[in-house]
Amino acid sequence: MTPLLATRGLAVGHGGRALIAGLELRLPPGQVLCVLGPNGAGKTTLFRTLLGLIPPVAGEVLLAGAPLAQLSRRRIAARLAHVPQALANPFAFAALDIVLMGAAARLGPLARPGPPETARAMAALQRLGIADLAQARIGQLSGGQRQLVLIARALAQQAAALIMDEPTASLDFANRRRVGQAIRDLAGAGHGIILSSHDPDHAAALADQVLLMGRHGVIASGTVDGTMTAANLSQLYGIAVSRQQDAGGALHFR
Amino acid sequence: MARVPMRPPSGPCWVAERGLTPPVLTPVLAAALGLALLLAVASGPYGLSPGQILAILTGDRSDPQAATVLINIRLPRVLAAAVLGAALASAGAAYQTVFRNPLVSPDILGVSAGAGFGAVLGILLGLPVIAIQLLGFATGLVTVGLVLALGLVLRGGGQVLVMVLCGIAIGALAGAGISLVKLLADPEQQLPAITFWLMGSLAGIKRADIALALPAVLVGLAPLIVLRWRIGLLAMGEDEAQAMGVNARALRLLVIACATLMTSAAVSMAGVIGWVGLMVPHMARLMTGPRFDRLLPAALLIGAGFMVLVDTAARSIAGIELPLGILTAVLGAPVFIGLLGRGARAGWAA
Repeated sequence: MTPLLATRGLAVGHGGRALIAGLELRLPPGQVLCVLGPNGAGKTTLFRTLLGLIPPVAGEVLLAGAPLAQLSRRRIAARLAHVPQALANPFAFAALDIVLMGAAARLGPLARPGPPETARAMAALQRLGIADLAQARIGQLSGGQRQLVLIARALAQQAAALIMDEPTASLDFANRRRVGQAIRDLAGAGHGIILSSHDPDHAAALADQVLLMGRHGVIASGTVDGTMTAANLSQLYGIAVSRQQDAGGALHFR
Repeated sequence: MARVPMRPPSGPCWVAERGLTPPVLTPVLAAALGLALLLAVASGPYGLSPGQILAILTGDRSDPQAATVLINIRLPRVLAAAVLGAALASAGAAYQTVFRNPLVSPDILGVSAGAGFGAVLGILLGLPVIAIQLLGFATGLVTVGLVLALGLVLRGGGQVLVMVLCGIAIGALAGAGISLVKLLADPEQQLPAITFWLMGSLAGIKRADIALALPAVLVGLAPLIVLRWRIGLLAMGEDEAQAMGVNARALRLLVIACATLMTSAAVSMAGVIGWVGLMVPHMARLMTGPRFDRLLPAALLIGAGFMVLVDTAARSIAGIELPLGILTAVLGAPVFIGLLGRGARAGWAA
């Protein structure tokens, strides 16, 4: 099966200098790939490269088998959606208006969203359990709610693959769990998701595969169990990390 | 287990869709603009009744003096005011959206200062009015071109802050040029003309002046109107807009070019008039919310109506013509401060 997103010999960086080289990622439908690493390791640079916002230093990105470099912005957006961190916007958009923006990938340049797009946007909000927030101003929502609105926008974009920038960072316990559940549900529905996280426990609970990005390159990648070893994580963060498994099978790192 | 019905969005359905807001708002604003136009055309030293205006417009020439006043003096001036206000307000709404800053005004990239420099230079050189306008128009465009080029060279990709700071720098340079021209100008003849022009006025506007400005305004406005929904996505920032499938850099440059063209045409026709492009988009945003596709028509209609009323006041409230720039500032400053107080709750600022 063609992966939703794959990389071949990908090197990412700025100004021709590679931060990370030789990346061979494969994101099949239904899987969550979590990227772990300290700040400055290049997670954001990797994501910007995967989204086609900056060119790769070497290698290529394939979206559903097609080279990213040959796709137009709209074709890219129809296959791959970005869920950015929910930062403040100077304008008080209604949540529904934000979600409607996801329709841009499938509308012509002169078109405006109509009833079908509005219905799709409402369905996306519904699916994430926040339909009652449709008219709420984005600035009045909590961080978790804003994150869910942005995920709804990615759903309205109807892309099979999603990239999420630290979707659970700065969220409280309940919202973290809510967003985590939403991510697993999306994977269950056949989406492929790449996300970054600073929380190994959370990553282990969410992910099917992990990519450990250290300051000097990739430390390891693969399945959660085989990759997230105490030794690898100690090397990744530069501190001693121990791993425990609880009765339910969940991994905990301290 | 009983099926739980899907919960509908809160509020009545027309609120949920919000698609009805502009269809209701736009005719109301258009009607208000119509009333403002009628009032402006009727008022003046030579009074015209609505009946007279209608008769003359439908071809009745039984009162040649009234017809001359209406067709050669009153109508051109009122239409010029409407075009001016619509251009400045639309450009302001566009700039605020693409620069993601509700405090940005149409002269943010130095277009007013640049156009002003060209025009006062034309006055200093004793050029005919049409040449003064063309020179102002050209230097306005050149100024913004320079700012954009500098922004690209300095940051290789149109960083907003760099672009705005370049606009401030180049604008200051043009301001210095204006001061120099004022110093060199003949204090009896040229300096009053320059001063009056820098404060903005539609006194003595002719049909030919509108014929020059109107096409440029329309050319600038058309892309903003047809692309208005996509332009709204630029308010989310360049990266986000690109990831949603928008060609953000090209679109932003197009919007800046269009808004600059409109501002430059307006400034070269009527002089430097502040506040309208900053304040009117705010007023519109309170009614429509931040979506650019809804904001633009509202800002356009409010801007036109506002300018028509202000210009009518400028030629009515005192024995002499008051400069428009002074009136817009006197009206604009308190209204704007009032809007800032409400802004946190409605329309902008999270």
